[in-house]
Amino acid sequence: MSRQRLARSRSLTMEDLPDVVQIAHGSGGKLTHQLIETLFVPVFDNPYLRALGDQAILNPSTERMALSTDAFVVKPYVFPGGNIGDLAVNGTVNDLLMGGATPAYLTASFILEEGLPTKELVVIVEAMATAAKRAGVQIIAGDTKVVERGAADGLYITTTGVGFVPQGIQWSPAHIRAGDAVIVSGTVGDHGASILAHRFGIDFENQIKSDTACLRDVVMAVRDLPGIRCMRDPTRGGLATTVQELSQTSGLNLRVRETAIALQEDVRGICEVLGLDALYLASEGKLVAVVAPEEADECLRIMRTVKESKDAAVIGEVTDDIPGFASLETYIGAVRVLDLLSLEQLPRIC
Amino acid sequence: MKLVDEYRDPAVARYLLEQIHELCDGQQSIMEICGGHTHAIVRSGMEQVLPPTVKFVHGPGCPVCVTPIAKIDQAIALARRPRTIVATYGDMMRVPGSSSSLLQEKAKGAHVKIVYSSLDAVQLAAENPDSEVVFFAVGFETTIPANGFSVIRAKQLGLTNYSMLSNHVLVPPVIRAVLDDPDVRIDAFLGPGHVSTIVGSQDYEFIPREYHRPVVISGFEPNDILESLVMILKQRREGRCEVEVQYSRAVTRYGNPRALDVVKDVFSPVEQDWRGIGAIAESGLSLREELRAFDAYHKFRDWMPEPRSEETGECICGDITRGVKEPRECASFGTGCTPERPLGACMVSSEGTCAAYYRYQHVTIQTGGARD
Amino acid sequence: MMCLAVPGEVLDIDGSMAMVDMAGVKRWVCIDLLGEVHPGDYVLVHVGFALQIIDEQEAQETLELLRACFQEDLHAAVGRQQEGD
Repeated sequence: MSRQRLARSRSLTMEDLPDVVQIAHGSGGKLTHQLIETLFVPVFDNPYLRALGDQAILNPSTERMALSTDAFVVKPYVFPGGNIGDLAVNGTVNDLLMGGATPAYLTASFILEEGLPTKELVVIVEAMATAAKRAGVQIIAGDTKVVERGAADGLYITTTGVGFVPQGIQWSPAHIRAGDAVIVSGTVGDHGASILAHRFGIDFENQIKSDTACLRDVVMAVRDLPGIRCMRDPTRGGLATTVQELSQTSGLNLRVRETAIALQEDVRGICEVLGLDALYLASEGKLVAVVAPEEADECLRIMRTVKESKDAAVIGEVTDDIPGFASLETYIGAVRVLDLLSLEQLPRIC
Repeated sequence: MKLVDEYRDPAVARYLLEQIHELCDGQQSIMEICGGHTHAIVRSGMEQVLPPTVKFVHGPGCPVCVTPIAKIDQAIALARRPRTIVATYGDMMRVPGSSSSLLQEKAKGAHVKIVYSSLDAVQLAAENPDSEVVFFAVGFETTIPANGFSVIRAKQLGLTNYSMLSNHVLVPPVIRAVLDDPDVRIDAFLGPGHVSTIVGSQDYEFIPREYHRPVVISGFEPNDILESLVMILKQRREGRCEVEVQYSRAVTRYGNPRALDVVKDVFSPVEQDWRGIGAIAESGLSLREELRAFDAYHKFRDWMPEPRSEETGECICGDITRGVKEPRECASFGTGCTPERPLGACMVSSEGTCAAYYRYQHVTIQTGGARD
Repeated sequence: MMCLAVPGEVLDIDGSMAMVDMAGVKRWVCIDLLGEVHPGDYVLVHVGFALQIIDEQEAQETLELLRACFQEDLHAAVGRQQEGD
């Protein structure tokens, strides 16, 4: 379907959609069909969806297949720097990429709240389409359910992704060795800071932008380097949780340096003001890579040529002195364990 | 970040640490009064790089930790009252009362709202004329003027649906209580920097005068604390006992007189219960008699629960808050008492001594690795 | 902290409120607890109130003093090392 036809068909049918989502949009009847045929199919446009079947049938590949699924329940669903739509695409795509897979297909399952303004749904669905295009994936199957007003925060989206892992790529924390370099692709905590400021209703004059982004270009740029041991995106729980998980799985110690970890100025500001620890705030467009020491410089050099990882830096090394635990070298040169966070962070005054 | 980054320079930290190692002879027990200092010390791993003879004793300066159970129960009772919004600082949400916490009440549907500022609570009252808004106000001298000011503002606005459940505590009386305690051995004090911006350094002059202990009022960045330690150790070596101010960029001798006037206008001193420590005369502040209309305790007298018994026996929070014991000496630490299921207040606040230890050091204790 | 307070620069003043920039985070804070405040001043902000004006000159002087000692010490150390060599 050409871009022109797509645009025309959408502008025609937009008028037919009611102002807000109704329970009947999830009933399987006329309104459900209308929503699928006027919104999802033309916006996500691809042959699998156009077939309107109960399933998408894929051709087998000789490569190994990666599969990942994630539910997105972010509140607010539109936030500075993005919305739940691009987040739902980027999140699952990034999870595939972290295994070295080339992302190919997504499915999307929507839980809509009765009364959700249709205009907002359109914006979110279009953001998904844009993100999918950027990520080089097709959204090939989906589902829509509607729940009563008050039973959801606007909408929830679950995406499942399929990707293919080329021969020779075997990334795993099991391959981490003492002496490896720990690289992060940019500033950390941006998404978490953006969301928390909103969630607690604490008004600031300026808005912190989420960093939601697709990591495809970053991963593709460095994927062929044989020294890459593994990658992880520091989403929920932030950088600290990611390095702790990698330490635990590898049975080694990922030691990161406080002076090497970069924060956006305003993320830093909000953490100081609300008493939050940025190391535990989610990023949605960053990755942590553990790389053999002899290839760390090359990996860094390549990453810095890609827009999404222009601020990449080596933030630490792998050691074997506290097996199974991550640690932080602080400003004053002391080393302490970086533990998992027990509970969600709340703003504090003390 | 200006006026912060300057105090995190690793090279200066190394220099200060060398000074500390040179100056230190003999055992030094230094109490940091303020929970903010506890947090900075533990977060930066400072104790590892100090000489083993320098020991921090974590003091009672965390309002979350010293708020009595009875007060939490009162806030919870008000949260359960129909058409009532309880507003409070995020810190208070997880503090366990005798059977619940404000966070649990919120999950059950109570109207509990986290505010960043006391004025946000006043705003909430203005926006919700059909509800009662109770501001559960806690704090030391730093926060008291801001909390007090909210009552002045509510009065100016003619709000009749705003009131305050007050749990305000004062530093000097609790230091006196600590120093009068025969179990407590403290050689010097790291004075609370932000409290001192309000009260001034003069509030601690009784410590060298009457108890012959040095006090250095410190900022909160790692190098602030290290520099304060150098100053303390110099006093010890030279046999001096005085109040010195390291945090001189924000602390003067007389503090902030306007803020102190607000405190006088709004509050009067009362006997205050300290969780884990007990009652101390004139160590708390409650709203003045003529402002009773804004005092939630009196306004909702009928809703106030009967006080229940204090901490369970397994928790040694009181000894920890007084600096007599360390978290690892508690049988419940890390087992019966964790941040997910706190027994006592020291585990609740992220500034609480036990929570800080649990978060940053419990692994070390288990493995015996990095620290020793 | 027992008082999490953050330094920020006063950008603008409107009656009893001032717009303060705290490391890129901007918010209106109440300045009624202070006497006179001017744009360009650095204030210490706690729970939405400015508690104190930060004495920047004092901050600068104490930092320079510390840095001077540090430099002196550094030179002495280098000197010692060279002697040792």
